[in-house]
Amino acid sequence: MSQLQVEVVAAAGMAWEGPALSVTARTSEGDIGILPNHEPILATLVPCAAEILTADGRREVIVVDGGFISVADNRVSVLSPLARIASEIDVNAAEHELAAAEKRLNAGEGDEETRHHYLRAQAQLKAAQLARGRDN
Amino acid sequence: MPASLRELRQRRKSVMATKKITRAMELIASSRIIRAQQAAARTLPYTRELNRAVSAVATYSRADHPLTRPGGTPRRVAVLLVTSDRGMNGAYSSNVIKTVSQLRERFEEAGAEVTRYVVGRKGIGYYGYRGLSMAATWEGFSDAPTYDRAVEIAEQLLEDFLTPYEDGGVDEIWAVYTRMESMLTQVPRVRRVLPLEVVEGVHAVGEDTVLPLYEFEPSPEAVLDALLPLYVRSRIWFYLLQSAASQLASQQRAMKSATDNAQTLIERLTREANQARQSEITQEISEIVGGASALADLTEEAN
Repeated sequence: MSQLQVEVVAAAGMAWEGPALSVTARTSEGDIGILPNHEPILATLVPCAAEILTADGRREVIVVDGGFISVADNRVSVLSPLARIASEIDVNAAEHELAAAEKRLNAGEGDEETRHHYLRAQAQLKAAQLARGRDN
Repeated sequence: MPASLRELRQRRKSVMATKKITRAMELIASSRIIRAQQAAARTLPYTRELNRAVSAVATYSRADHPLTRPGGTPRRVAVLLVTSDRGMNGAYSSNVIKTVSQLRERFEEAGAEVTRYVVGRKGIGYYGYRGLSMAATWEGFSDAPTYDRAVEIAEQLLEDFLTPYEDGGVDEIWAVYTRMESMLTQVPRVRRVLPLEVVEGVHAVGEDTVLPLYEFEPSPEAVLDALLPLYVRSRIWFYLLQSAASQLASQQRAMKSATDNAQTLIERLTREANQARQSEITQEISEIVGGASALADLTEEAN
């Protein structure tokens, strides 16, 4: 069976790369699952926890902060200004960040940036919890 | 007769102290260059993917977008220039400033107005001292830029780009940065950031690579909307990192030649000091000899 060649690139460098069986991420239109031989697609992502099922059967969770996913010829690249591997995220710090973002949002700072930050914090916490659940 | 022995020795001592400083700065710069180059190299996959994506959208969709639409002859042009925060790096900042002046002349001949967006204290100081206007300035990160700073600069540039000309907006954005060719050569480069020149030098997707027929989700326009700001940020991030590496490289070179100059100066001063000491001794001896013979003459006469 063919495999996907996945690259997750952040502005500061390559976050993850390797062969994989499937990739799941959330686009602006909803969740999208990519399996081998998917048609070429270029979609915008929303802040989310992307999941990669690696070729050796592990599940890799990566937080992305918007950006894009592009698929062509079994090459998947997830491109996001900030992308982090979930297992490197501290759950407590993520909870803290989410609480702070929520407070700002509730305080009436409803601008684009605050909302984005809130979504990112939410995705980060979810990813960190997912990664932790796997380890236990 | 050269300067006095004491003065020569004093000068030699101060040159030696300066040499120690320049030598230390040289070593610091050369250790940081590697880190700066690595940071610049780490962004390459991101830039490459982004370029691929932009090329794909620009090629396969006929989307008419303000960021890609050529606007005819520009009336007002924004020039972003990246200089250093501190001196001690040779002609690094003045090369950039010189290139900007040439660019400005070219635009003004064509009848366009130029506004400056300056990064780095040296550039800000240069224009500030001459009373020349700057639309926006950033400082304090020229040797170690962060992505957040690139975002900040990109936001400002995009905002002015999207403002209509009549309300003080700009028609084109150009950037002048220093490209790190190697440890020995760093050259100022002029690049148009907006409207996009997607095909750009080494980063362009090769002409023989056929891009796949992409499906765009939600729509080509929406993808472009989200993609282009990211592209501009990544360009600026790239310019900042290249400039930082170049700045450190030219600092290392400038400090190396300063150290070498100090060494030759020390050698010359040492020689002059030795000569002065020798001539002082010679003079003393001849005075003693002269004095002794005068005494001898006196005693002979008395006898």
